[in-house]
Amino acid sequence: MVPAALLAAALGGTAGYMALQDEPVVPIGGPFTLLDGTGKTVTDRDFRGRVMLVYFGYTHCPDACPTALADMVAAADMLGDRAHGLAMVFITVDPERDTPAIMKDYVTPFGAPIAALSGAPDAVADAMRAYRVYAARNPTADGYDMDHSSIIYVMDRTGRFVTNFTHETPPQQMADRLRPLL
Amino acid sequence: MVVVLASLVTPALAQVAAEGAWSRATAPRQAVGAAYVTLNSASADRLVAASSPVAAQVRVHGMTMDGTVMKMREAPGIPLAAGQVVRLAPGGLHIMLMGLKAPLKPGDEVPLRLTFEHAPPLDIVAVVQPATATGPAR
Repeated sequence: MVPAALLAAALGGTAGYMALQDEPVVPIGGPFTLLDGTGKTVTDRDFRGRVMLVYFGYTHCPDACPTALADMVAAADMLGDRAHGLAMVFITVDPERDTPAIMKDYVTPFGAPIAALSGAPDAVADAMRAYRVYAARNPTADGYDMDHSSIIYVMDRTGRFVTNFTHETPPQQMADRLRPLL
Repeated sequence: MVVVLASLVTPALAQVAAEGAWSRATAPRQAVGAAYVTLNSASADRLVAASSPVAAQVRVHGMTMDGTVMKMREAPGIPLAAGQVVRLAPGGLHIMLMGLKAPLKPGDEVPLRLTFEHAPPLDIVAVVQPATATGPAR
């Protein structure tokens, strides 16, 4: 147990995580240490035992991000009581503008328990790297938009990648895929 | 039938029909929002711009997926082919409301003026739906 943990630490991130699994694992996902809207530290380990839906986006995103969150919430509603075994996680790719407090506000209208996480740029970059998330600024006349991977990652109760959705996946399809995992 | 009707529409009278306009509720301090509408233009036209008193700036947006990467760009107008339904809907074409002056709450009405290349400007009202909505209220 201890040697395995040390091995994971030595290899770092996803690579170490993979080495602990004696089976083929898609190298997506891994540790993150971020902040919630109350300033509390939240890590990937806090979600063990639940199936995680992880989406990376940003709050200046008018369309894809709220669509993805709305679809996740719709899928959770379709799962009824089983949704208690689900953890919805929204991580910013724009920590400069998206403070933890702004992230918390952003998810409030969705009326569902979405963990909205930000953090120091380094911490966010680490999370993005673990999930192989791409993001880049696209300058506009008065600021910037973000190009970013629009992927909803499904991680099982042990934190392993299972599959992914996008903001275009119908909620019913998400619910059907999630049900056997819960 | 279609031919007969089309012949009655002169370019000067060209109109664009808009229906099902809606917007998604936003959070306090949320800077941007989006509005959606279904358009049908009698003759070939282009939605070139939009404006609204609820936002400092409004942009007509296309969104493309490059693989799994979402890229949002200001579209050089949205083409409206004659008689074709064009849907602005979540996950695609949208009207981006920038610099919201107040949060959009469910039930609020967002006035929008749509500007076209040929048709006269069209004033519509987008009704704000809950954040979890996937389309206009039925």
